[in-house]
Amino acid sequence: MHVGPAENDSIIRKALAIGATDAFRIDTEAVTADQVAFQLATFIQQHGFDIIFTGKETIDYNGAEVGGRLAAQLNLPFISFASHLEMASDNVAIIKRDMDGGTETIQVNTPFVVSAAKGMAEQRIPNMKGIMTAKSKPLNVVTPQAYSPKISIVSHELPPAKKAVQYIDPENMAELARLLREEAKVI
Amino acid sequence: MVLVFVETENGKVRKASLEAVYYGYLTAQKLGTSCQALLLGNAEDATSLGLYGATLVHLNDSLGFNSFDNHVYSDAIAQAAKKLEASVVVLSHSSNGKSLIGNIAYLLDAGSVSAAIGIPETNNGFFVRKGVYSSKALVNIEIITPLKVVSVLGNSLQINIVGSNAEIQPLNLDVLQPRIKVLSVDKLQSNVTPLPEAERVVSGGRGLKGPENWGIVEELADVLHATTACSRPVSDADWRPHHEHVGQTGIAIRPNLYIAIGISGAIQHLAGVNNSKTIVVINKDPEAPFFKAANYGVVGDLFEVVPRLTAAIKSLNQ
Repeated sequence: MHVGPAENDSIIRKALAIGATDAFRIDTEAVTADQVAFQLATFIQQHGFDIIFTGKETIDYNGAEVGGRLAAQLNLPFISFASHLEMASDNVAIIKRDMDGGTETIQVNTPFVVSAAKGMAEQRIPNMKGIMTAKSKPLNVVTPQAYSPKISIVSHELPPAKKAVQYIDPENMAELARLLREEAKVI
Repeated sequence: MVLVFVETENGKVRKASLEAVYYGYLTAQKLGTSCQALLLGNAEDATSLGLYGATLVHLNDSLGFNSFDNHVYSDAIAQAAKKLEASVVVLSHSSNGKSLIGNIAYLLDAGSVSAAIGIPETNNGFFVRKGVYSSKALVNIEIITPLKVVSVLGNSLQINIVGSNAEIQPLNLDVLQPRIKVLSVDKLQSNVTPLPEAERVVSGGRGLKGPENWGIVEELADVLHATTACSRPVSDADWRPHHEHVGQTGIAIRPNLYIAIGISGAIQHLAGVNNSKTIVVINKDPEAPFFKAANYGVVGDLFEVVPRLTAAIKSLNQ
């Protein structure tokens, strides 16, 4: 499933090429996490899914909010930063979850929402057969619901420029120690 | 009222939550309102939250909060926010915080910003800044709903004592049944500061050539009271535990001091650490891209330089 415009279809076809059976694209620009989660949840509510996978965060906004919002709107459990998932039975999953300074192993019944962290799966590369069959798999375009985003991006800026690096003679670590204490004041 | 959700670890308030409280306090000052804390569970030092700006600590120590269940916690936090008429909910951008923010915000019909790096601007609206593109840029975001939820990136604020011990008040909440079962937890020993809260971090990369060589990294970390971290290839090769991996696909940290040993500084690694206040790079390759992002650089053999640095710091401390 994807929220985005038609030019993203080629990426969706890659998902079909590596094993997805069909695809749905909600035809609107992804603007904010709350908007994306709303569009997805509203659509998902009309269909039944056992497990809903999301990424841990997007590489542009780095928000990690869609999964939680999706789970809340669908009233489903949400397991974030899952680095391993296996099904113990048809409707019971055992999931390893990354947390600060360790991992947690939990058990949950379907349906649920899970955000995937590194380690969850091996990346698949589409092969020729996959690419060919992807062309005939359904990529359904869905009309979005009306929605007003709850946040607005007002401006972008670059972070302050950094000073050039100060090199220290590898033989003189006393000098580095001194600088860290007296100049940088971090030790 | 600004309500700060506080997390505990081993019966004490987590450092990241002290920062969240201080953030909440500064925000409340700007809004002309009070800052109060919410604790689900118990902590022996709960009254200390007052030192960092919480005038009241609302506490519910139901057994249902003993292990983390996103659904149970977010429902409780949203319930508390409504009951106490909070207009802003603040939490730390910890691993639980990241899990909770979207859920809480949905329940409160609120706009949210995660990983905020500074306190909000409150003139003519409510504006929060955060890093985007793995902190290669910053955005200023306006939350346009009446209720707002913000998570605070660890180590973004220098905390200060602004008050005295807070009063603790029990808070009645309906606690939901858990929908997950925690089977086991595999954690760091309790005397190691988790990476997102660490002020000093010593990190190793492939230049160390193997896990058997990590002793010099650990000794430097010891003498600095720092937490150890690593680059992705090191974590993928299982030389170090996965939770030490910092980078775009690992975690992003913001320590005061980040010492990178034998790490070249690929963009994906920088994405996790470029917000550090001071970066020291030790690498024998003068062309290593990391030097461009460093404050201090040492071009040399890490097997000689690192023990030398450890000894120098020991001397400094004497």
